[in-house]
Amino acid sequence: MATFKDFRNKVKPNWCPGCGDFSVQAAIQRAAANVGLEPENLAVISGIGCSGRISGYINAYGLHGIHGRALPIAQGVKLANRDLTVIASGGDGDGFAIGMGHTVHAIRRNINITYIVMDNQIYGLTKGQTSPRSGEGFKTKSTPEGSIESTLSPLEVAIAAGATFVAQSFSSDLKQLTSLIEQGIQHEGFSLINVFSPCVTFNKVNTYDWFKENIINLDTVEGYDPTNRLAAMTKLMETGSMITGLIYQNKEKKSYENLVHGFSQEPLAHQSLALSQADFDNLVAEFR
Amino acid sequence: MISQLSWKIGGQQGEGVESTDRIFSTALNRLGYYLYGYRHFSSRIKGGHTNNKIRISTMPIRAISDDLDILVAFDQESIDLNAHELRSGGVIVADAKFDPTVPEGVDATLFAVPITAIAEELGTSLMKNMVASGASWALLGLPLEVFNKAVEEEFGRKGPAIVEKNIEAVKRGADFVLELAGGPIDSFKLGPADGKQKLFMIGNDAIGLGAVAAGCRIMSAYPITPASEIMEYLITKLPKFGGTVIQTEDEIAAITMAIGANYAGVRTMTASAGPGLSLMMEAIGLAGMTETPVVIVDTQRGGPSTGLPTKQEQSDINALIYGTHGEIPKIVIAPSSIEECFYDTIEAFNLAEKYQVPVILATDLQLSLGKQSCEVLDYNKIVIDRGYVVKDIPDREDGSMFNRYAFTENGISPRVLPGEKNGIHHVTGVEHDEAGRPSESTVNRKKMMDKRMRKLNNLKVTNPIHLQAPHAEPDILIVGMGSTGGTIDQARIRLDGEGIKTNHMTVRQLHPFPVEEVLPELKKAKKVLVLENNATGQLASLIKQNIGYHDKIVNVLKYDGNPFLPSEVYNECKKVAGNKPQEELV
Repeated sequence: MATFKDFRNKVKPNWCPGCGDFSVQAAIQRAAANVGLEPENLAVISGIGCSGRISGYINAYGLHGIHGRALPIAQGVKLANRDLTVIASGGDGDGFAIGMGHTVHAIRRNINITYIVMDNQIYGLTKGQTSPRSGEGFKTKSTPEGSIESTLSPLEVAIAAGATFVAQSFSSDLKQLTSLIEQGIQHEGFSLINVFSPCVTFNKVNTYDWFKENIINLDTVEGYDPTNRLAAMTKLMETGSMITGLIYQNKEKKSYENLVHGFSQEPLAHQSLALSQADFDNLVAEFR
Repeated sequence: MISQLSWKIGGQQGEGVESTDRIFSTALNRLGYYLYGYRHFSSRIKGGHTNNKIRISTMPIRAISDDLDILVAFDQESIDLNAHELRSGGVIVADAKFDPTVPEGVDATLFAVPITAIAEELGTSLMKNMVASGASWALLGLPLEVFNKAVEEEFGRKGPAIVEKNIEAVKRGADFVLELAGGPIDSFKLGPADGKQKLFMIGNDAIGLGAVAAGCRIMSAYPITPASEIMEYLITKLPKFGGTVIQTEDEIAAITMAIGANYAGVRTMTASAGPGLSLMMEAIGLAGMTETPVVIVDTQRGGPSTGLPTKQEQSDINALIYGTHGEIPKIVIAPSSIEECFYDTIEAFNLAEKYQVPVILATDLQLSLGKQSCEVLDYNKIVIDRGYVVKDIPDREDGSMFNRYAFTENGISPRVLPGEKNGIHHVTGVEHDEAGRPSESTVNRKKMMDKRMRKLNNLKVTNPIHLQAPHAEPDILIVGMGSTGGTIDQARIRLDGEGIKTNHMTVRQLHPFPVEEVLPELKKAKKVLVLENNATGQLASLIKQNIGYHDKIVNVLKYDGNPFLPSEVYNECKKVAGNKPQEELV
């Protein structure tokens, strides 16, 4: 059986020392081993940005696509081979700006994949511009007078869009993050895990210390019920989404693959492509 | 006895024009006639004039006709807009309900049939289509039993009562018009059909059928005119094979989902028209860079921007060939018949996997939506070639990654599908090394770029061009693509009769351009007439750029939204041949 070391490769990440994404990489590797995966059965599909490089830093099948499109690629991979565990990943710009259209619809569609967003509230790779997650008043290279647009609450959007698994974690809490990724992988349907993953180079506001002071770990909140959709939404609104842990899960709804009419239980990728003469004749008959 | 006849039905969109056409033409197809349909419609659901025209022939035809023999009209607007097409002695069958009149200057006989009244008498005005098609059928003097059988098949699942009512509607329409006309019209008496079994379908159906035959199991697509029929066809078929059609949030999702599914080993396609193709361009570059096979259908329509969504055009050629930033190997193929829509779709999947490149299948609206007769498709011609895919890879003790992008002589590297042990590699749109790891090395960059581009050096496509070249030294070589072929053929018959020697070339492989095949044909011809539905002469430019002969090439362009008519091709050829154009119709 594979251990987390089997999910390491020899590629050296080009992240800055202290980047929150290192923990996300480690958490994915641990979670994959903990749920019993072999490297060849995991596919990590990522977008563009600092965090998008993650698919190249894990010993698994990986595809680093185009900006904002990790989710449709990942959904295509899963539909083609439902035996694979598929993780989509990227940054807050990738998933909540250029790719927001896909994020909402991937949530609605509920294909059984896990989406991990490394949320640093800024554009790092392009060296410091505002993101939809930037706080109001946040000064960046593209908002020198401070951001005036509302800060997006992706988790509220997710729950409103019908998400069946919504969680949030923090790079400094490797244990919780690993556990949430495991739960996300094991959840039947689309799981969204937003990770506060500080950018130590360009974001001097939302720092490790700042998060430590401001976040509430739901594990410490007595009586919190992650199956209550309304309570989840209320909690997000009350706290300005500054909570970590499993926020909402709906175990009742079936995944897309299990609902779509006629869809093969066996991976389509393993099936023969040949069409029988009888099937062909039937198809042609309707045009006579 | 005549060998061909043209029939048109017009009315408001949504009032049965489509269904009248469908029943009438299905019955004709059963009798073995060759049919070629043309739909005039607007980008709205109900209301607005729409008309469907069918050409009925005892011999193969692939073009609309200039003129018209029978016009069926559900409203006066349909008469006013279309009666000018009627040849002298033509017939208008119109609903008596609106007191139809024949416009001045039109020499046609009007039969006012109480189409709506008969239908309502039988229970519902919905049966107008049956009354109208019954009347049309009767005028041709064709056996009613064949028609009734088509009706039975159309309505059989709704129960015998419904079938009977519809048959009665057909009979009443037929009886009424025969009473007015004093029997079937002699000049509409078609010679016997060849009786050969034929299929009757639109290009989009043939593409869908071809995709199933090719082993396509997923289609991800976003609705758009005139491509949607492909997804609508496949959603009724793919579930039987375990697959599905997934309607995505936009065309970017459609293409990237298809790329993901192909990467994971399932033949997956998407289809769209110009606006969607524009959105897909970045992802097509990803497929090129990551050497992921993918098949994209572009059903060309009037552009630019939203353009003319329901009209004919061939103006995406440049975008398809040159689209996406940077440089990738890509194949663009343009089928020119229903049969080719089927076979080319299969070939597109094979080429995509063999060369590990995106393949674009470019139709045009008339080919995608014009319903026509099609030779029986041959099951034995279905071949599936998945290219260089490796399995059961031996262990590598050094723990290195699999060289998915290994430098090979022909540029094609071993493809491995996710899930395969010992096959782990990286895939990225960033320039990369043999294992897929990002690399900015200048040496690697050049080698990798050369590797990708050389994949198409040995490209083999079945019939890069179609050629009808009876003349060693033709006066004119007529060049076209897509749906223009049949119109050109039609004009050539008449030109031949007048001693103007023409050859005809249809360019099927648009990119990479088949210089070797095209060049000698240009060399032989005195003049080259390139016929295309766009305003800037994209096909002609392609020929000039790849071959030359600027002095020989005459470009004939039509971009008003309609396909070429045979008479237009004839007149242009006469001009090129140095004769005065004639205005008369073919």
